[in-house]
Amino acid sequence: MITVLVFGQLKEQLNCPKLCVELDAIAPTNTLNNLLILLQQQYPEWADHLQNNVILSAVNQSIVSTEHLIADGDEVAFFPPVTGG
Amino acid sequence: MICVQTQDFDVAEQYALLSQGNSQDGAVVCFVGLVREFNQDHTVTGLHLEHYPAMTEKVLHAIVSAAKTRWELGKVHVIHRVGDLHLSDQIVFVGVTSPHREAAFAANQFIMDLLKQQAPFWKKELTTKGPRWVQAEAKDQKSALHW
Repeated sequence: MITVLVFGQLKEQLNCPKLCVELDAIAPTNTLNNLLILLQQQYPEWADHLQNNVILSAVNQSIVSTEHLIADGDEVAFFPPVTGG
Repeated sequence: MICVQTQDFDVAEQYALLSQGNSQDGAVVCFVGLVREFNQDHTVTGLHLEHYPAMTEKVLHAIVSAAKTRWELGKVHVIHRVGDLHLSDQIVFVGVTSPHREAAFAANQFIMDLLKQQAPFWKKELTTKGPRWVQAEAKDQKSALHW
């Protein structure tokens, strides 16, 4: 099971702060990119927001590329560029 | 000391904590970021700050650790507020001590520049035209790349 968290403006756009995804559902390989494709298939209304190329991805609280391989139990997060300080 | 909190912080108290019992350090540099009235062509009346708790502290610790590797530093305090803030409220505090001012100034700016580029905080401003999410600025990316 993968936990997916969403933050910032993206959380409002998707209207969903958190969801869980079975690792087996991500195909053909367990990359973040394939997770994004799966989410767009399951929630077509999210497609425009998830295809936004400024969206950043983190796995277990570290920024990674969408080619990153996800493992069971990972915490995945998607969010826009940060604006703190 | 790294802290993410909803409550305000006392700069005088932070300065005292940084400077006391620290006779080997001859420099203390403190930076405070405030909620400002105009941003990205909007009149701001307040803001809401959200963050990714598990990642925020991890990133801030990594930034402070990188600063300590790069410069000879004594104490480093980073405080960042989250939640609802009003105009002129304090948002962020970075205080560093060092034997020398050059290191203290540089390390403070390094920490702020990387915090703005890497720490997972997001600002939603309340403006006279309604709420809006602040967009990341290219100049902040450029400032961080400078290091």
